[in-house]
This record gives sequence, C-alpha cells and structure tokens, in this order.
Amino acid sequence: MTSVADRIAGPPLAGTADTIAAGAAAASAASPPARAVSAGGERELRLDLFRGLALWMIFIDHLPPNLLTWLTIRNYGFSDATEIFIFISGYTAAFVYGRAIRDSGFVVAAARILRRVWQIYVAHVFLFTIFLAEISYVATSFENPLYSEEMGIMDFLKQPDVTIVEALLLRFRPVNMDVLPLYIVLMLFLPLILWLLKWRADATLALSVLLYAATWQYDLHLSAYPNGVWVFNPFAWQLLFVFGAWCAEGGARRMSRILSSRITLGISLAYLFAAFCVTLTWYVPQLSHLMPRWLEQWMYPIDKTDLDVLRFAHFLALAAVTVRLLPKDWPGLKSPWLRPLILCGQHSLEIFCLGVFLAFAGYFILAEVSGGVVLHFIVSISGILIMSAAAWLFSWYKHSADKSASRIKSTGGNADMAGGGL
Amino acid sequence: MRSNSRSVLGLMLMAGLLTATFARAEDAAPNCDVPAYLLQSESPLPKVTDAVKSGHPLDILVLGSRSSTITMSESSAYPGRLQALLREKLPAVTVNVTVELQAKKTAAEVAGDVVKLLEGKKPTLVVWQTGTVDAMRSVDPDDFRGAVDDGVAALQKAGADVILMNLQYSPRTETMISVPPYLDNMRVVAQQHDVPLFDRFAIMHQWNDSGDFDLFSASHGPELAKRVHDCLARALSKFVIDAAHLEPSQQN
Repeated sequence: MTSVADRIAGPPLAGTADTIAAGAAAASAASPPARAVSAGGERELRLDLFRGLALWMIFIDHLPPNLLTWLTIRNYGFSDATEIFIFISGYTAAFVYGRAIRDSGFVVAAARILRRVWQIYVAHVFLFTIFLAEISYVATSFENPLYSEEMGIMDFLKQPDVTIVEALLLRFRPVNMDVLPLYIVLMLFLPLILWLLKWRADATLALSVLLYAATWQYDLHLSAYPNGVWVFNPFAWQLLFVFGAWCAEGGARRMSRILSSRITLGISLAYLFAAFCVTLTWYVPQLSHLMPRWLEQWMYPIDKTDLDVLRFAHFLALAAVTVRLLPKDWPGLKSPWLRPLILCGQHSLEIFCLGVFLAFAGYFILAEVSGGVVLHFIVSISGILIMSAAAWLFSWYKHSADKSASRIKSTGGNADMAGGGL
Repeated sequence: MRSNSRSVLGLMLMAGLLTATFARAEDAAPNCDVPAYLLQSESPLPKVTDAVKSGHPLDILVLGSRSSTITMSESSAYPGRLQALLREKLPAVTVNVTVELQAKKTAAEVAGDVVKLLEGKKPTLVVWQTGTVDAMRSVDPDDFRGAVDDGVAALQKAGADVILMNLQYSPRTETMISVPPYLDNMRVVAQQHDVPLFDRFAIMHQWNDSGDFDLFSASHGPELAKRVHDCLARALSKFVIDAAHLEPSQQN
C-alpha cells in the first residue's frame, strides 16, 4: 500500500519514484528524474512531523485513559489530533496530486486518487474484521451482572448479514473507526476540489466555507446505522481538508504576511490560553464554579461532529503559533530523535491502521491481565515503538524498492509494478 | 530526645490505625468514598426541602433502565438501598422509593411517556437515569439533548424535583459504546434547567481508578454488582441530602 499522497517529502529518490509511479502516462516518460527531484525538493518535514504526532496521539487517545493521555493536546484546548490529521492530509494530498495533474494530466491523477480511495476502503474493512473478532470474543466471555444493560450492544451480532452490509456501506462504524470513512469521502471528492482550486483557489475556499455554513444552517448530515449520524460530518469537516489543500496550492504563501504579523500571534496566543483555561475546568472540577454561567450556556456543547467553530478556530490558532515558532529550516527536524515521528507521518495510512489495531490489542491485554498503571504505561510505549518500527520498515522497503525500480526503469522495465504496490 | 519523638510518632500512627479500624467496623461499609467535588451541586431540590421541613412523606421515583436493577436481587439494587439509607438518615420522614423500569427505551421514548408514567403518582423527586440506551444505539447527540430537555421539562411540570443520573462507567465496552457526547449533553441540560446531575460515570470511574472496585473483571456472580449498587446508593443519598440542604442532625 504505497502512498504517494503520504510522502510529500520522502528521501530525494522518492521524488523520482513519484514520477515513475505515474509512468503509465506518456508525458512522464519524458520527464527527466532531475526535474522531479527539484519539484519534490520543497520538503516540508514539519507536515510529516505533526502528522506523525497526530497519529501517536490518536493511538494514545484510543487506549483507556492513562498517564500518557495527559500529553495529548485534547486536554489543553478545544481541538485534537483529528483536526491536525485532516488538515495535513488535505495539504499533502493537494500537493502530491496537484503535481501529478501538472505532470500527467487530470484524468490520470484522478485515477490515482481513486486507487488511493480504494486502498483506504480496504484498510477500513480490514479493521472492521478485527473489531468483529474482538467484540464477539467479549460477547461470549464477559458476564458481569453489573453491565447486563451495556451488553445489549452485542445485539447486532444477531443480525450479522445486515451489520456487515451496513459496514461495507460505511454506515455501521464501531467506536474509534470514524476517521477513515471521513477520509474516504474527502479523498473521493479530491479530484473535484483540485479541479476547482486550479480554476479559482479563493473561490473554492469560499465555496467550502459556504458548505460549512449551510451544514450548520440546514443540518446537512449523513445517516448511520442502526441510527444516528456520522460521527465526523463530512459536510463540515471538508472545511479543514479544503483549507489544507488551499494552503498547499499557494494559499499558505499568500497568507505569509498575516501569519508573520505580531497581531496574529497575539490573538492566537490569547485564544489558546483562554481555551486552556476552559479545558482546565473540565479536568479539575473543583474549578468549574469559576466559569461564568452565561459563557457555559453560550459555548456548550462544543460540537465535534460538525466541527464547532471554536474547535476550528483553536486549530487555526495552534497552526499559526506553530508555523511562527517552528521555522521550516529548524535544525531539530533533522535530529534522529524526531525521526520516528517523521517516518510515521510519512506512512500515515499504514500507521493509522496499525494504531487502531494496536489500540484494540492494547485494550484486550489490559482487560485480560488486570495490570495497573505500570502495565498501562508499558502497553502505550510498546504501541508507539511498534508504530515507529513499522514506519521505519516501510520506508526502508520503499527506499530499496525505489532503488531497484529506478534501475529497472533505466533499462526500460515496468516501473509501475515495482513502485506501485508496496 | 530522639527516641522520645519516635515513640510519639509510633503512638500517633497506632492511634490513627485504631481510629481507622473503628471507623470501618462502625460503618461496615465497603471502602467507596467519593471525593466531595463529585457530590457537589449548586442546583437545589426545593420540593424535597419543603416536604421534609413540613413533615410530608418523601416519595422518590427512580425512572430507570436495566442498570437500575440487579437480576434476581432487586432489593440490593441502588433504588432499594437508597430507600433504606434515607430512612436511616432521615428517621423523622416517611421515605418511599419506587422504580419505574423503562428497559431498552431511549430518552425520547421515555420523555414522551412522562405524563403516563407519573399518572396516579405524585413523586416529590424523580431520579431520571438515562443515556445508556441512546449511547448504544448512537442516537444523534442533539436529538438526545432535545429529548432529555423535554423530559426534564415534563417532569418539572408534573410538579416534581428532578435529578439526572448519567451512564455507568463500563470499561469493557468502552471501545464499543461512545459515551462522552451523552455525558456532555446531560450536563448541558442539567445546567439549563438548574437540576442536579448525579455523575454516576465519574464516580464509578473514580472507584475503578482508585482500586476500590475492579470494574474490568468478567465476574460471573452478583456480588460485585451488589457492592457497587450499595455504594451508589450511599453516594446518592448523600447527594440528595446535600442538594436539598437537609442536615441529618436537624432532623433528630
């Protein structure tokens, strides 16, 4: 499952590989590797770094709360790792496939996007299978009279036919498996988004904001099975994705003046601090009486399903401060300590799936072995180590595959087979 | 001098231990203390206060679901225990706790039936325990909020004080049931209507974290359930007395 979309910044050779992967198009056959390298020369390691960080946080947040949970950003403000993940996914997808459109034309790029959608879909179904195994095990082994009501959740096992078909239609999604369906829908519309961005970038962003507003006004949503709605409403969350894509298509450059202004920094910091204070009252209930009631009534609930404006604003503030404090050429990005994070960010789909699986497995271990805080900590840390090791393995394999691919390419072999399907 | 201070320390420790043992023996209760902040509520229970002050009977209705009971031992479930504890703590008052089970019904279904459910009864206080069925069916959280909102309004209109009780903390099903939106929305409704919220979820979570109960265990007997319900009833009785400002000493 290689992912061109996930590697905005692979090793220099990867740039060549991208061109090769698109080699089916006659146009790219003519493009010399040197040009591809320079096109891919704009390495945004920061994106990989933060996407890797988001993946680690998603993994930790999916485990039962423990010591490490306190390190994830959802405890310090309104937005969480999901926002980071979706924004960066929009950015990298637009960057990579935008280049693919320039190199090999719209139709070929759109076909590649659809292949990518298929991969994500298959990954989702694979995770669902693992979930089914887990839940069936719990259903047969767990008999605590205290929770006879909660065990009603197993009722869907009585109708596996309906459940499985609904899962394939992305309408039945177990807890913690909502991000991939959102990603699938967003990627499905990526060709359209890219096409619009090429036509008029700012108008596209405006349309996206309009759709977001309409979602709130007219309560647009996708229904889920057995009832309810999608946990992440694609009509609302597309805003982050399109915003990411817009930034990649030059929006970030045009915004640089706003981003570097001191006023922006000041407002962002003030907002982040205010959000932090509010969040503090959730975790230290002793403080909750300090919250003015009118503020509570106006603000709550902060809606995650429809990407509350407060959450979106929190993400923007966070991004503005990060961009300011962490320059593109920060030497730390090359440090071996951050390498695992960057590698995870570069293989996001694989690592995301692995993370969901590891969270299931970790849960299982914690449930079977009644260990305390120490075991909990060990499970979290091993999960992160496994994710990093897997990411390293993927990039090692990719790297060697690319090497042989470029050799074959030079002798006129089929590069698509070598570079295409890790 | 030094040995002296050491023996003083030893004595103090022993005294501490003794008091602890005595306190435990006196109570004969399982160790399930609840931190004070989890039992604090700024919202009052005026009807309960009035009833107790004027010597009227205190009729409590638990509007619950499957988790308001324990199969085969109804009297050890929390409503039954609540009645026993309140009678003990408020000897001057006639306390009656009845249960109206609405198994497998969502908040919307219960809210629609409030008038019928309260027919012929005139409860002073309704403890509405809800959320679990909605969470399992992943009802739209906004719809859930609307339903709880309607239900509380209907209960208040029927002349009762209301306490909202949220879901159980159930670590085994945490990966299968998404609880947070329902907890949040119940909190919002409680704030809007100024009714106390009994945070069963946080309390049970606290017991599990502090090791008072191992809620992860796949126990097959009713023992754990009985102990948890007893502790819930203890916390709830304290919660009712605090929210209605009934100092037990005043009642004697």
